[in-house]
Amino acid sequence: MEPVTVISGTVSVLDRADVDTDQIIPKQFLKRIERTGYGEFLFYDWFRSGEITLEPNPILVAGSNFGSGSSREHAVWAIQQFGFAAVVAPSFSDIFYGNCTKNGLLPIRLPEEDVRALMAAGEATINLERQTVTFAGRTVSFEIDADVKHRLLHGLDEIALTLQHGPDIDSYERERMAPGPVTTAL
Amino acid sequence: MPKTMFEKIWDAHLVRDDLIYIDLHLVHEVTSAQAFEGLRLAGRGVRRLDKTVATADHNVPTDGTPTARLITDALSRQQVETLEQNCEQFGIPVYSLGSDRRGIVHVIGPELGLTQPGLTIVCGDSHTSTHGAFGALAFGIGTSEVEHVLATQTLVQKRPKTMRICYDGALGPGVTAKDLILATIGRLGTSGMVGFVVEYAGDAIDRLSMEQRMTVCNMTIEGGGRAGMIAPDDTTFAYMRGREAVPADWGAAVARWRALTTDDDATFDREETIDASSLAPMVTWGTTPGMVIEVTGRVPHPSEAGIVAPETAERALAYMGLQPGTQVTDIALDRVFIGSCTNSRIEDLRAAASMIDGRTVASRVRAMVVPGSQQVKKQGEEEGLDEVFRAAGFEWREAGCSMCLGMNPDTLSPQERCASTSNRNFEGRQGAGGRTHLVSPEMAAAAAIEGRFVDIRGWN
Repeated sequence: MEPVTVISGTVSVLDRADVDTDQIIPKQFLKRIERTGYGEFLFYDWFRSGEITLEPNPILVAGSNFGSGSSREHAVWAIQQFGFAAVVAPSFSDIFYGNCTKNGLLPIRLPEEDVRALMAAGEATINLERQTVTFAGRTVSFEIDADVKHRLLHGLDEIALTLQHGPDIDSYERERMAPGPVTTAL
Repeated sequence: MPKTMFEKIWDAHLVRDDLIYIDLHLVHEVTSAQAFEGLRLAGRGVRRLDKTVATADHNVPTDGTPTARLITDALSRQQVETLEQNCEQFGIPVYSLGSDRRGIVHVIGPELGLTQPGLTIVCGDSHTSTHGAFGALAFGIGTSEVEHVLATQTLVQKRPKTMRICYDGALGPGVTAKDLILATIGRLGTSGMVGFVVEYAGDAIDRLSMEQRMTVCNMTIEGGGRAGMIAPDDTTFAYMRGREAVPADWGAAVARWRALTTDDDATFDREETIDASSLAPMVTWGTTPGMVIEVTGRVPHPSEAGIVAPETAERALAYMGLQPGTQVTDIALDRVFIGSCTNSRIEDLRAAASMIDGRTVASRVRAMVVPGSQQVKKQGEEEGLDEVFRAAGFEWREAGCSMCLGMNPDTLSPQERCASTSNRNFEGRQGAGGRTHLVSPEMAAAAAIEGRFVDIRGWN
């Protein structure tokens, strides 16, 4: 994962609520077994019908409950590979938000009125270290979990970080692990 | 200190700060290939094969294709074969085409007895919330997290907030678990549960069967919830007893599971109450599960669509090809789909079959029944349900996700209108341009016969 620090540039506006991951990347493109090649299929049906157009700017700004529905991480890969580095919305689905942070696509929650103003502003600069978005001559701050921020700023591999706690997992399994089903015994 | 059921399970699984242990990892073909590739690239293995199991469901044709090699669609074939190869390489048990244990991942977990109270269960699929019906903490994850669980058997998670929804009273005749959860999402909205693990409780929940409880928990994600849960009770234990993977020390296990229930004095971050006796059969009119009304109602005007914003409602109505003011019972259908991880278990099929009563599917309607697993299919055939459906003009097919998401040959054509027992009415979900109305199995069966929606409470 590439480190995320400052994202600056033009804003692409998708002024819709409840944009689900089926719209972001329709089902027929989930059959690929690679992590790449999804950018050209972003919003496939909406782009193809001419219902919306979006430029591959650094920042996508959208309505509330963005990324709802399916857990498909392909949605994040498609947005990122199309060219976006950050998505700003009033709210995100939990799974989509998590998927963003695993791939270095920066999800930013801002109050509805700030999102509206950002849509109108057309350009913005996001500073992850300072947790700020600057547009139209003013700066607003956003919340992000401290651990997630650290991982994004340094482009760290979460699995490698967890494996550093291998001894904790070992002792959990030895001392506290709940009895459970054994899939290999079926 | 009193604890909620969620808190008891969470605390018991904390390996260290923000790191929780996973007891059961369910894997399917769509969201796993890149995770296995990631393991290979990093030279990592699977930590706990004995807590991992895989099946093929999303891409599987429901026409009886006997092996992955014979799947016609090249990309679907490649994805299923890749799952089989990955499982073989890493040593993970897999139930693919040809296995009588194969089925929708959220149907076979409970069916095999793998889904048990008190466990943490994950899968690269948002409908993993289904398993919470047993008093497990179960939620969907993305592919990076699938890889993380394969490598470490843990997940990095922040503790979510807790919500309890209490349903007072009993559901009326003809009103099902599907209607209960659709009505709930209609009230709270599609993001009403975001950030929360939701415990469903109250008289109406206590009275539900296990399979009905799975329908409720399944659709938690449609309200944005992280996970849905229902306290394990005698209904749970009766359903589980005798299944393959349940504990040998049954008595001790039941005693352990009974202790999971939320303590009397425990508090939730949010509480809601819904009068179950006031609920009616529900039908969605738009392109999210929250766009839903009672079967006796009319398609709303965009300015009167409740918590749905007018411009959102207007676009949804245009996509659905519906005029405001249309009686729901005047909406004519082209297709009926009975299946999916929401409503494809044996009780769902029995309930749908019970509506038929010697009648036949309307001439303009193509209707299909897709059992959730090969085991459900076998049981349905032993009970003669296949004959009932076939005689009425329904197709009786092999197990799979089928037309819930159209990754296999079962899809809607543009502008085809479908009554579906699945979980998502998103644009294009069942096929580009397809129009989906979510309903219960009973409502779907009746709609197939009449060729339009009917209020099953006054229908005989």
